[in-house]
Amino acid sequence: MSLSPLQLCLLFSSALFCVGLFGALARSNTILVLLGIELMLNAANLNFIAFWRFGGAHAPASGVLFAIFSIAVAAAEAAVGLALVIAIYRHQKNIRLQDASRLKG
Amino acid sequence: MITLLIIATVTVVSAGVALLLRNLIHSALLLIGNWVGVAAFYLWAGAEFVAFAQVLVYVGAVSMIVLFAVLLTSRSPADMALAPHTRSRVLAAVVTSGAVLGVLLGAVISTPLPGTNITVPSVTVRDLGNQLGGPHAGAVLVVGVILTVALIGAVVIASTGRDDGKPDAP
Repeated sequence: MSLSPLQLCLLFSSALFCVGLFGALARSNTILVLLGIELMLNAANLNFIAFWRFGGAHAPASGVLFAIFSIAVAAAEAAVGLALVIAIYRHQKNIRLQDASRLKG
Repeated sequence: MITLLIIATVTVVSAGVALLLRNLIHSALLLIGNWVGVAAFYLWAGAEFVAFAQVLVYVGAVSMIVLFAVLLTSRSPADMALAPHTRSRVLAAVVTSGAVLGVLLGAVISTPLPGTNITVPSVTVRDLGNQLGGPHAGAVLVVGVILTVALIGAVVIASTGRDDGKPDAP
């Protein structure tokens, strides 16, 4: 096979990113859009680990540290996003994105 | 290499099926499988700490938050499957994500990347602790502040709107 492992990892993360992008664009359910965004964040984390493992980095722990911080920020994003979903549901009694065009009041 | 292909196939297929399903509970459960696959990739790449952090944060915590959000926002199992989205939106999403995928695949395949003769980096948990406690201690503090502010903000956002005079629970 002509592809190196790093390229295979990058192709994997590209596919995962595009699946997440499709979900975030196509679905009208707010929770699924948020899960699509989480998938895209996961794909970015995969890239960090892939370049750490196969890229020949100079600092030996930089990729792992970056992935850890990225996971922490993604956890905060998920909590805030799902709280927003619950707030929108309290306001308009459904979570369709088309109906959530007005966030005030 | 075969392990990587298996992990990638399981992960991408579970993510795609999860985002295509109508039932939100099934989507959330399939996404747990997807996150387990990502953790398996981390284990395969030798980043054990990140794999366990992924299992703890995503498989343990974020999946529970997602399931609670699904249960709190669906009034009955009947309307868990939402109305079908319009055809043009799905078409636009397919075209956009396909274009992005094409650009990414072309860029990855055509870029000269380092080959297989790379020394495997070995990072123990002790090294990570030294790094996080020494040169990156400020970043750890900032992440702690971000998490605290985000979780307090999430509680505030999710708990307002109760005093609008209307009954909350169905």
